Amino acid sequence: MADPSTETAGMNALRGRLEIANVAKSFGSVAAVDNVSFTAQAGEITGLIGPNGAGKTTLFDSIAGEQLLDAGTVTLDGMRIDGQPPHAVFRHGLARTFQIPRPFPKMTVLENLMVVPMDQHGERFWNAWIRRADVARQEAALREKARGVIEFCRLSAVENQQAGAISGGQQKLVEIARALMSDPRIILLDEPGAGVNPVLLDIIVDRIRELNRGGMTFLIIEHNIDFVSSLCDHLVVMAEGANIAEGTVSDVMARDDVIDAYLGGNAA
Amino acid sequence: MSGFSIYLIFFLIIALNYGIMGLGLNLQWGYTGLFNAGVVGFYAIGAYGAAILVGPDRDYLIGGFDLPWPVAILGGMALAALAALIVGLATLRLREEYLAIATFGIALSLQLVALNFESLTGGANGLVGLPRPLFHLFEDSTTYNLFFLGLVIVILGIVWFGLELAVRSPWGRLLRAVREDESAARSLGKNITLIRLQVFVLGCSLIGLSGGLYVAFIGFVSPTDFLPLLTFQVWAMLIVGGSGNNAGAVLGAVVVWALWTMSGLAISRVAPVELQSQAGAIQVMLIGLLIVAMLIFRPRGLIGEKTGGS
Repeated sequence: MADPSTETAGMNALRGRLEIANVAKSFGSVAAVDNVSFTAQAGEITGLIGPNGAGKTTLFDSIAGEQLLDAGTVTLDGMRIDGQPPHAVFRHGLARTFQIPRPFPKMTVLENLMVVPMDQHGERFWNAWIRRADVARQEAALREKARGVIEFCRLSAVENQQAGAISGGQQKLVEIARALMSDPRIILLDEPGAGVNPVLLDIIVDRIRELNRGGMTFLIIEHNIDFVSSLCDHLVVMAEGANIAEGTVSDVMARDDVIDAYLGGNAA
Repeated sequence: MSGFSIYLIFFLIIALNYGIMGLGLNLQWGYTGLFNAGVVGFYAIGAYGAAILVGPDRDYLIGGFDLPWPVAILGGMALAALAALIVGLATLRLREEYLAIATFGIALSLQLVALNFESLTGGANGLVGLPRPLFHLFEDSTTYNLFFLGLVIVILGIVWFGLELAVRSPWGRLLRAVREDESAARSLGKNITLIRLQVFVLGCSLIGLSGGLYVAFIGFVSPTDFLPLLTFQVWAMLIVGGSGNNAGAVLGAVVVWALWTMSGLAISRVAPVELQSQAGAIQVMLIGLLIVAMLIFRPRGLIGEKTGGS
């Protein structure tokens, strides 16, 4: 397979418009996400920032179906995806990564990718007995696709290593690579830069940019302001469960209330 | 034939039949991470199911369908699968500890049902005098046992081969992904509840197959064959042999059953007559010790899972 970025580059209509409308999620009396609305535009990189405890990851979990919403709707390219379990949300084209990477640790990097594509014939056990040639053919195609993605994500050197044995930064790349295996409409990244060494961070930033150039839509939680300002087209700021500001990076960063919330939250 | 080889044949029939059960548990735990703590319950269902289907019609018993053995054993498997489906639907959405507790409880209850539902199971006496498959074709029980050993080896071979093909296929990769991190698998579009249910039912049907074969071999079934101890023995077999490896599951069955029978023999020789019945507890302690020692010194088992490289 060619570069995943060029594969989508030929498409005219951009995909991955994610509309969050009046979303709320409480745990007991704590409103983790309180009436949040914003839209990640198709083909853009939207950054979601805010101090620790602002509700960003809870919002991610709610979008991805890990948490049921108390109120509000989530719409991906016009399809309602709220109220569905995570695997169904993924099938609608929304892929996400985790704040702390969750590779399948005892499986190789290649296997981590090959497990992803949906509706593999070999996922039905009886096909291992009665449709062996068909499964083998599909496996060969999947392996080739996975190798392409691995190469694109600069992971070829660790392709056959156990995913639990590679560095945290490489695991973040594995998660991005896994997401790419499903040709998603949008990728949600939860702190892709946290705890990653500068060399790998550059690779991650560069790969995200390259994918975006090919039309991929991203919604990214990130604390690293350099990371955010170099990548994002649009920023959403959350504090104490609510979105308090939204706009271009320079607009948002110039606002006093954002700086207060951010610095106040971090200083606390 | 010498007394030793006669015993060896008997030993191997039992051990390799436990190997079939071990393969079922390995599919559940070794490949998918499902904690089935009620192995003996599904073994009992397979055994009683087969016994009721094959048994002669008797006035005082429900059942006695007089069906041929292959049908009876498949029927026992189907009943074990059905029970697994019901248990699985109720518990597999929950976290793994709940599955362990639920299956353990169900296995205990089933043993009590076997003991008390006299009109179906024969109660404490069990179901006796079942026709053994093809027994009339053999002159003596030694040659019959040799035949039965061959039968168990063939069935074990078929199960083994089928499982090996399946766990090396993308299906097996999917099971390992669920075992490694079910949240990640779910976030990558995998319906883990369905996968777990599928594996639980398949594994339990193999455990039921083992129960049916056991009854076919000994020709009767009684509640004392289905004590919780058996669940721990099968777990010890899987841990010793190597969870996540089908060869390990079978090897563990042979090794642990050998240790079990030899330790029983040794204890009966050494212990004074008046303490014989209490001495049996030493065997159980040895099994516990073996599990703990394996987990400390060689957690992957004798031949554990092969990982890395594809």
